[in-house]
Amino acid sequence: MNATLPIAEGDAVRAAAVPAATACKRHSALVRATHWLTTLAFLALLLSGGEIVLSHPRFYWGETGNVNMRPWLNLHLPSSRSTVPTGYGYVLPDQNGWSRYLHFQAAWVAVATGLLYLLWGVFKGHFRRNLVPRSFKGIGASIIEHLRFKRPAAEEAWSYNVLQRITYLVVIFVLFPLMIWTGLAMSFGFDAAFPLAVRPLGGHQTARSLHFIVTILLVLFLLVHILMVIVAGFRARMRAMITGRATPPTE
Amino acid sequence: MSQISRRKLITGGIAAAAGISSIAVAGALARRHGLIPPDSSGIYGPGETLTYAAQRLLTRHSMAREFSRGDISQNPFANEVAPLGDEFNRIQAAGFADWKITVDGMAARPTAFSLAEIRSFPTSTQVTMIGCEEGWTYIAEWTGVPLSYILDRVGALPQVRYVVYRSIQPDWWESIDMADALHPQTVVAHRMNGTDLPVPFGGPLRLRLARQLGYKNVKYITRLTLTDTLKPFGKGLGSSSPEGGYAWYAGI
Repeated sequence: MNATLPIAEGDAVRAAAVPAATACKRHSALVRATHWLTTLAFLALLLSGGEIVLSHPRFYWGETGNVNMRPWLNLHLPSSRSTVPTGYGYVLPDQNGWSRYLHFQAAWVAVATGLLYLLWGVFKGHFRRNLVPRSFKGIGASIIEHLRFKRPAAEEAWSYNVLQRITYLVVIFVLFPLMIWTGLAMSFGFDAAFPLAVRPLGGHQTARSLHFIVTILLVLFLLVHILMVIVAGFRARMRAMITGRATPPTE
Repeated sequence: MSQISRRKLITGGIAAAAGISSIAVAGALARRHGLIPPDSSGIYGPGETLTYAAQRLLTRHSMAREFSRGDISQNPFANEVAPLGDEFNRIQAAGFADWKITVDGMAARPTAFSLAEIRSFPTSTQVTMIGCEEGWTYIAEWTGVPLSYILDRVGALPQVRYVVYRSIQPDWWESIDMADALHPQTVVAHRMNGTDLPVPFGGPLRLRLARQLGYKNVKYITRLTLTDTLKPFGKGLGSSSPEGGYAWYAGI
């Protein structure tokens, strides 16, 4: 699909300079724009979220949790608050003010971008065509190839393999919605209007813990994603996601 | 230039004009309906305005979650406060008999109420959760005088849009809009978990509002000012929080 670039006659000169076979459409403009907007928003959310966690690097289950209660997870990090017993002899500077402002602003960017991508993807058949696995045959072989960091065959530059498809679908339809849900569930104003946002989760602190766990999963995804881009050819894949063009198979 | 690109140019232009004018219309509407927070300037203004406006549109009258008495935290955390100062210590030594809360600004009958008077007013009791912007929470039972009762009593003028409230600690003052000021769960609290409000938790008087974070729940309040604009207060950002880098609206 989209393997040939339609060349208008007026572009003949340019087409002669750049053979058509080397410059074909890989990613649509909307996929590229939303990809980089999401990248920007995600990095802002990660940085500001990390700063906020440092003011209380402990996690609890249920509704309530504070320094007088036992956490299920203590990150044993230095804190930006002297009230948190960390075992470190110093207190980090307080960064929560701008971190919270930035966190919610970046969340709006992420949600707006996600909605645009979702609507476009459904309307244009992007999910059905490019992301829903065609078959699960060969998934075992694909896992082994990934574990061996085998450089993918040239034709894989034109489509996603079954593991990629499953991973992207999980990130888009499970992890990002969970992030938004657990984030909203921590808002006292939002919970007042929509108590069902927090109750089924098990409480305010459970929402906070899940928000942190899903962050870890998304960071793992990001690291593997970058690693795979490097294995597959960093320059070519970056070029495809920035210019939208990629080099087709040369057979 | 081909036909298609001219058509694209025209439709693009129309779309851009429509986009810009709809933003302008949305801005004017938002201002008229009080959906712009006082700290809407600066690089985080757009996100802050979206959050405040969205929450005001969705949650204006909603009630914070109430819990059962069995859910009350056995180990609530008071957080630390800056040293309370000589004036506080003197009033505390005399059993808070001289504690006063002054209500002024746009009121027909500005009044200074003694603690005894406040304690004699009708109360409402709630078992709700309080949370700090740091992430920790506890549940407690608060009893206090609904702020709406006090506003009625001093004859708040109809044009009042915000209530500014101050702690005896000079650097701690906040303000809320009328959606929160008139909310049934917004009280001048003087009891917690069945006893007089302990000093570490803000006693003798704390402004308790259940739908915003702890830092809006100012401890040791001594003054309420009713106003139609926040511009003349401090740097005009609504409260001491934005002056220290924190958001004025803390419903999230």
